[in-house]
Amino acid sequence: MSRRLILTGNDAAAEAMRQIDPDVVAAFPITPQTELMHKFAEHVADGEVKAELVLVESEHSAMSATVGAAAAGARSMTATSANGLALMWEIVYIAASYRLPIVMPVVNRALSGPINIHCDHSDTMGCRDTGWIQLYSENAQEVYDNVIQAIRIAESPEVLLPVMVTFDGFIISHTAEVLEALEDDPVRNWIGEYKPKYTLLDTDNPMTFGPLDLQDYYFEHKRQQMEAMRAAPATVKKIGKLYGEMSGRPYDLIEGYQLEDAELAVVALGSTCGTAKVVIDELRAKGTKAGLLKIRCFRPFPEAEIAAALKGAKAIAVLDRSVSFGAPGGPVHKEIKAALFGSGSSAGLVNYIYGLGGRDISMEHIHEAFADLETVAGEGTPADAIRFLGLRE
Amino acid sequence: MSEKTWTEIPIGGAIEEAGNAETYETGSWRTYRPLWNEETCIHCLRCWVACPDSSILLSEGKMTGIDLEHCKGCGICAFECPVDPKAIEMKLETDVENG
Repeated sequence: MSRRLILTGNDAAAEAMRQIDPDVVAAFPITPQTELMHKFAEHVADGEVKAELVLVESEHSAMSATVGAAAAGARSMTATSANGLALMWEIVYIAASYRLPIVMPVVNRALSGPINIHCDHSDTMGCRDTGWIQLYSENAQEVYDNVIQAIRIAESPEVLLPVMVTFDGFIISHTAEVLEALEDDPVRNWIGEYKPKYTLLDTDNPMTFGPLDLQDYYFEHKRQQMEAMRAAPATVKKIGKLYGEMSGRPYDLIEGYQLEDAELAVVALGSTCGTAKVVIDELRAKGTKAGLLKIRCFRPFPEAEIAAALKGAKAIAVLDRSVSFGAPGGPVHKEIKAALFGSGSSAGLVNYIYGLGGRDISMEHIHEAFADLETVAGEGTPADAIRFLGLRE
Repeated sequence: MSEKTWTEIPIGGAIEEAGNAETYETGSWRTYRPLWNEETCIHCLRCWVACPDSSILLSEGKMTGIDLEHCKGCGICAFECPVDPKAIEMKLETDVENG
C-alpha cells in the first residue's frame, strides 16, 4: 500500500498536492517555496492532474485568486513563504473570515529585513491570529502527511477554516529524505469529493459573499470564527487518528518524546524537534530525565493538552524561532506560560530565542538549554528568563 | 430588521437569500428628503432611471411617489429632474420635520 520515496520537503508537499488534485491552484514563486510549485506545475504539464493552475502576478493575487475559487466552490490551494505571506496578509485574514477551507503549505523563512531567505518562524508566527489553523511539520514525512490531513480538517463542517501546513525553509524544503507515500487511490478516497457549503456558481440559489458587515454583524461573525477554532482540536485529533488507521502513522495535536516521566522538558516546533530527540536520547543514556514536547498544532493552541503534558516537569525550556518584539518572550513561550498559569505547575520556565534568519541550531545548543534546566529545576524561573541559543553575545 | 445572535446567522458573512437588501431600511441615513410635486411632474422617469436605490415608486408607467424607507437622500433625482420648476426638491429632514 505504500511507496518508499526520496523527496525533499517541497517535493513531498507537491506529491501530496498531486494526489489531492485540487480544482484550482494559484502560484507565485518565492524562495524557498518556489520548487514546490515548480514540481506541481510539472504534474500539471504532464497531465497527471486536472487542477487549474493559475499563474498570478503577486502573492496578494495568489491568495485573492484562491479565495475567489474557494468561494466559487472549488477545492483550492496555494503556497508561499515569508514576504510572500506578508504580501498576502490582507486576504489571508479574509480567507479565514469567509470560512473558506483553503489549504496552504508555508515554507518557513525569515521576514526581511535586512534581507534573508533562510528559515525562521517569523512569517507564520506573525499571522498566528489571522484565523487559520496552523500545523507545523518536523520532516518531509510530516509535510506529506499534514498536507493530506489538512484538506479534511479544513473541509470538516464543524470547522470550515483554512489550514496552513508549515515546514522549515531549506532545512526541510530542500533536504532529501526517505518517506512513505500512499498510493493515489487510497488518498483520493480518504479525502473524498469536496462538497462546498456554499457556491457562487449555483445560479438556482444565488447568494452573496463578502457583504458589508459593520457594527451590525461583524462581532457575531468573529464569535462564529472563535467557535470554529474551539471545535477544531477535536477534529484535528479525529482526522489524525483516521489518517493513522489508513497510513499506519497516527497524528495528534502535540507529541511527547520521553515526556511522561521527564523532569526537564524542552518545547519546540518544526525540524528542531528532530535534533532535540537525539539530544534527549544522549541525556537519557546518562540517566537525565529529559523530554520533548513537540507542538504540531499551534493554532488552535491546545492549552489543556499542553498543560497536562508538562504537568510533571520541574523545568521547561521553550524554544522560539521567532521574536515577538516588545513582548515578554517569543510567541510560543508566551502561550506556554499562559497555559501553565492556573494549571498548578510550579516548573521554572526559560525562553530561548534561536535560529533567526537560518542560524544553525546544533545538538550542543540544545545540550546547553538542558544544562541550564538543571539549575532552573532547583532555583525556579530565573530573572533572565529570555535567553538566546547561537547568538554572538 | 430583527437582530439575530451569532448562532442564528450564516457563517462567513454569507447571505443565503437573494435580494434581501430590501429588508435593510437605509432611509434612516438620509439628511435631505426628496419632496415630489405631482402637479409639475411630467412622468419622464429620468429620476427612476437614475435612482441608485430603486426608490422611485411607479404604477402603470407613472410616478406615484418615493420609497422613503430606502431613499438615502442623495439628490440625484432632483438633479436629473428636467422641468422648471423642478418636480423634486431636496429639503433638510430637520426643516421638513419642523414644518
